[in-house]
Formats: sequence, structure tokens, C-alpha cells
Amino acid sequence: MGQLNTTRNMAQADDVYEMLIDAHEGKSKPESDAFNARLIITLINHIGDKEVIAQALAIAEG
Amino acid sequence: MTMQDRYPLAYKTYPYAKCADQEAEAPARHPVVVVGGGPVGMALALDLALKGTRVLVLDDHEGVGMGSRAICFAKRQLEILDRLGCGETVAQKGVVWNIGKVFHGEEKVYEFNLLPEDGHKFPAFINLQQPYFEKFVLDHVAALQAQGLPLEIRGKNRVDAIEQDAEGATLTVMTPDGPYQVAADYVVACDGASSPLRKMLGLGFEGEVFKDSFLIADVRMKADFPTERWFWFDPPSKAGASQLLHKQPDDVWRIDFQIGWDADRAEEMKEANIRKRVAQMIGDDVEFELVWSSIYTFQCRRMTQFQDGRVIFAGDAAHQVSPFGARGANSGLQDADNLAWKLQLVLEGKAPPALLASYDDERIHGAKENILNSTRATDFITPKSEVSRQFRDAVLTLSKDHDFARPFVNSGRLSVPCTYDGSALNTDDALPAGPPRTRPGAPCPDAPLDEGFLLGRLGRAKDAAFQLLALDAEVPEAFSAHGIDCEVIALSVAENDMLRERYLGGARSAVYLIRPDQHVAARFGSFDAAETTEALGRAIGKEL
Repeated sequence: MGQLNTTRNMAQADDVYEMLIDAHEGKSKPESDAFNARLIITLINHIGDKEVIAQALAIAEG
Repeated sequence: MTMQDRYPLAYKTYPYAKCADQEAEAPARHPVVVVGGGPVGMALALDLALKGTRVLVLDDHEGVGMGSRAICFAKRQLEILDRLGCGETVAQKGVVWNIGKVFHGEEKVYEFNLLPEDGHKFPAFINLQQPYFEKFVLDHVAALQAQGLPLEIRGKNRVDAIEQDAEGATLTVMTPDGPYQVAADYVVACDGASSPLRKMLGLGFEGEVFKDSFLIADVRMKADFPTERWFWFDPPSKAGASQLLHKQPDDVWRIDFQIGWDADRAEEMKEANIRKRVAQMIGDDVEFELVWSSIYTFQCRRMTQFQDGRVIFAGDAAHQVSPFGARGANSGLQDADNLAWKLQLVLEGKAPPALLASYDDERIHGAKENILNSTRATDFITPKSEVSRQFRDAVLTLSKDHDFARPFVNSGRLSVPCTYDGSALNTDDALPAGPPRTRPGAPCPDAPLDEGFLLGRLGRAKDAAFQLLALDAEVPEAFSAHGIDCEVIALSVAENDMLRERYLGGARSAVYLIRPDQHVAARFGSFDAAETTEALGRAIGKEL
């Protein structure tokens, strides 16, 4: 059972944040929503661990 | 007294005939009365009667209802029928299939094969119109009745009222000659999703309603589609939000269109409109005959408990699922399989009435599994919210080019037999190197023997006998405990790799205690009389 990494892990935070925002540039709201959904499914597969996903969902819940 | 049929019949198999009970001064008493002569009621009645219990089936119609309805029967259910003596007849008529394909628009996004291994007598699935299924079982019953099978079916006998006390139940039964009463030690309600008995007893049936409707059109046509289950999300034909195509015997194809919650049912059911929709899907130039059609909505729900005093519920009466996954009739048959031997042992006084509580536990476990799978498939097919639809569409879009997304595609996870993990009847696994698939609670997987198949040897005994299956282990020729004689079957895996893989795994020898429903009660590395006695006692509810 894995553990969600909740320590600082993204060295180029500004770069990645910009990539994310740029990816949505020019997209309508429905297109952006669809894009986000595809991105989440893709990242979930990369994580590949139900426990880690559960921990991430709890964090997103706030 | 006229009694209106609620549906037309495909076969009038048990016409009404006045019987002596109707003239009796006091209600005649029967050990078991089964209410409802559908697939579940008949399988249960047949199983009990084969084991020697006198069974009365009351049905408010006079035979098998019209309409294909349930069409997918899984391997486990064929195995159950085979134990009852009519599996081969049903399987022979059925259309065998293993492959399912899922399309999004024009693109194939997912494919599954349900039969990953050889060495089973029966295929993963067959498709067969429900009336055929019921007819074959009833033909088998009729042949056995001629040889004295203690099973009586009374057509046009509608249960209108029930009263029960600690000793049994009394049913008020309406017939064309007016009402009469019968008494029973146990009543089994197999009277369908809208179960009148459940309502008479005021028992709840809670669950989730799905806001969508589906149109079934069964059509007869000469077509060269392969014998596979094809499911489309957003089909190119635009004939439905989703559509399903599946072959049945006699050149009949099941077509299922998702037409939305707001569809005008009366309008959609007009033959001209159904034909238009079908033509939209298969092409204007294909000739077809409309065999049967129906519009359905669905719910996933179950009773909190399947037993209420002397009344026990089975099949759709106890639990209901969406059709995605073929878990309706298939789970009902597992209910019957689970209940028959328990009821038999209780009636014989060999097991305490508490054994029946394990039917509740084990089959509620099964119902939860089915409802979970069915609800998940339905949420994927009929997303309940905007965001649910976004994720669904994201999965389908990604699946076109990316294999990793395909396991998320859910057009129905098809019925697999239930393993009763955690059942109080199980003895803790004492074969640590044994394969997980044959752990206590699991249904025995089939395996080929020199002659025939393993399941042909298991659970066959006419009474509710347990069996000991010894694999390369020293066992006595017979074993008996708690008043139950166990047949001992000793086999060697020396030249049988499939048997070894499925039952020994890394172990060198094994002794399995097998229940009458072919589920594993306990397993050990070697035979020990005291351990086996204890496990058998546990399996018949002595510790409940």
C-alpha cells in the first residue's frame, strides 16, 4: 500500500504551472472540463495505487 | 371466477386442474411451498424434490411467459442446471459466446474474452431466450414426475394472502374455482421483482432508481455479425445514446437502445417507430422480423433480509439489478442453489434452523456484489451528472489510442459465481499453498477427468450430502459425522495438470470438504477425522 507524497516534489513548479495554464489557453469551458477529465484519468493510471488515489481525493476534498 | 393473465404465455405447461386440497376441511400441509414457477422457483423446487422433499409450486399463470427477457446464462448457472440434470439440454440450444467488444462511435475501444482457460464442461456464457430455458427445465421436471419426483405444480393458483406463526405459514390461494388455503412449514417466495408476497408482508425493497430507459427490440434476421456482444457508446447510427447487439438462437438478435428517461413509452413502443430505429442501426436494406419488444427502466435494490420467519425470498423478489452484467437470473439461480440443501437438512432435522440464516448472509453478500457491479456499470452507461459524463467521455476518448484507459470502460461486468468469503459456514483455510480460487467459500471450478468432468462428480448426490474430495491424500472409503454420510472421492493429479493447478497449487496433497452446492466448506493438506467432523458441523450451522 502506497503513501501519497505530500512533501515538496516538483522542482520546476512555475514551469509546470505555466504548462497547465497554457494547455487550457483558447479552450471553451466544456473543452477545458473534458481536458481536465482526460488529464486526471491519465495521471490516475500513472499513480496506479488505489490507496494513494484515496489519499489524494481526501486532500482535494479540503 | 375469472383470473386475468398479466402476460401472454409462450408455453401452456401446467394448465389449471382442480385438486384435492381445494376440497379439504382443514388446509393441507406441505413441507415447502414455492410461490412462482419462473427459473428460480423451478430450479429450487427441482433441487429440493431431487433431494427427496415434497414440494408444491404455486404459479398464478399456467406456464411459461412470452418474451425473450433474460438471455445471458453464465457457466456457473449451466453447472447448477447440470447438477439438476438438464444443463446439457439448455447449453446445446444456446448460442455460445466469449468475446465482448465495446465501441465509441465507429472506434473499437475495448474487448474482453470471458473464457481464459480450457478444461470446463460448459462455456463462459450462452445466450438463450428465457422461454426456452424455462421450457427445458419444465420438460425435465415432467419426465422425472412420471418417475415419481415429489414435485407438484399448480397453475392459475394465485397467492392472495399469507399468515405465519413460529411453525409455518398459511396461504390463501385464488383459483378459477374460488379460493382455498394451504399450509407450509416453509414458503419460498420466487414471485419476481414486484413480489406480491413481499408486499403482503410489508417488507422493504430499498435501493437506487436510475433515470434512463431502454428499448429492447429482438429481431429475426439473416445477418453475418459475429457471435459476440457488441456495445456502442454514442453509436454512429444515432439510434440511441448507447446500443447493444447480441445473438440468440433461431437467428434472433437482441438489440437494446438507450432512449432516455423522458422517452414517450407509448410512442416508442409503436411497431413503426421500433422498426425505424432498428433500420437506422442495421441499415434500410436489411430485412427483419420484430419478434419481441419491451421498454424497461431499472433499479438496483434488495431486501434488508431475505428471510422473514417461515418465508424466504429468492431471485428478483429479494434483489434486483440493472441488466448490464447478466446478474439477474444468474444470481437468482445461485440463490436456489444455496437454499435447497440448507432447507433440506433443516426439514430432515439434521441441521438447526439457524442454518437458514447463512442463506441470508451468503446471498446478501452475493446481492451486494451484484448491485455494486451493476450500479457501477449503470453509472458509466447512464452518467448521473455533468461531471460523471465528462469522466466517462474522457475514458472513452482516451481508450481509442491508449490501452491504459480501457480497463475503465464499463459496459457491464459480467456475472461470475459468488465466493462466500467470510461465511460462518467456512472453516479457516488449512491449505496455505492451495490456489486462492478454491479457498473455503469458493464454488469448485470444473476440471477434466479421465471420464467426464469433475463437477459431474460433485454435488450430485440425491440427498443433501457433503463430499470429501481427496487429491493424492490417504482417506477412508467413507466418512460420516453429525448424521450425514459423506461420499469420498479420491483422485490423483499425477497426470492431470488442470486438476493440480486448480486444487493443489503448491500443495502436495489436499482434502476438500465440498457442500451439496459444490462450494468449498473446508480444505486441508491431509485427512483428519476430528478436523473434518468439526468442519462439517460448522458447515451445517452447528455453530450458528
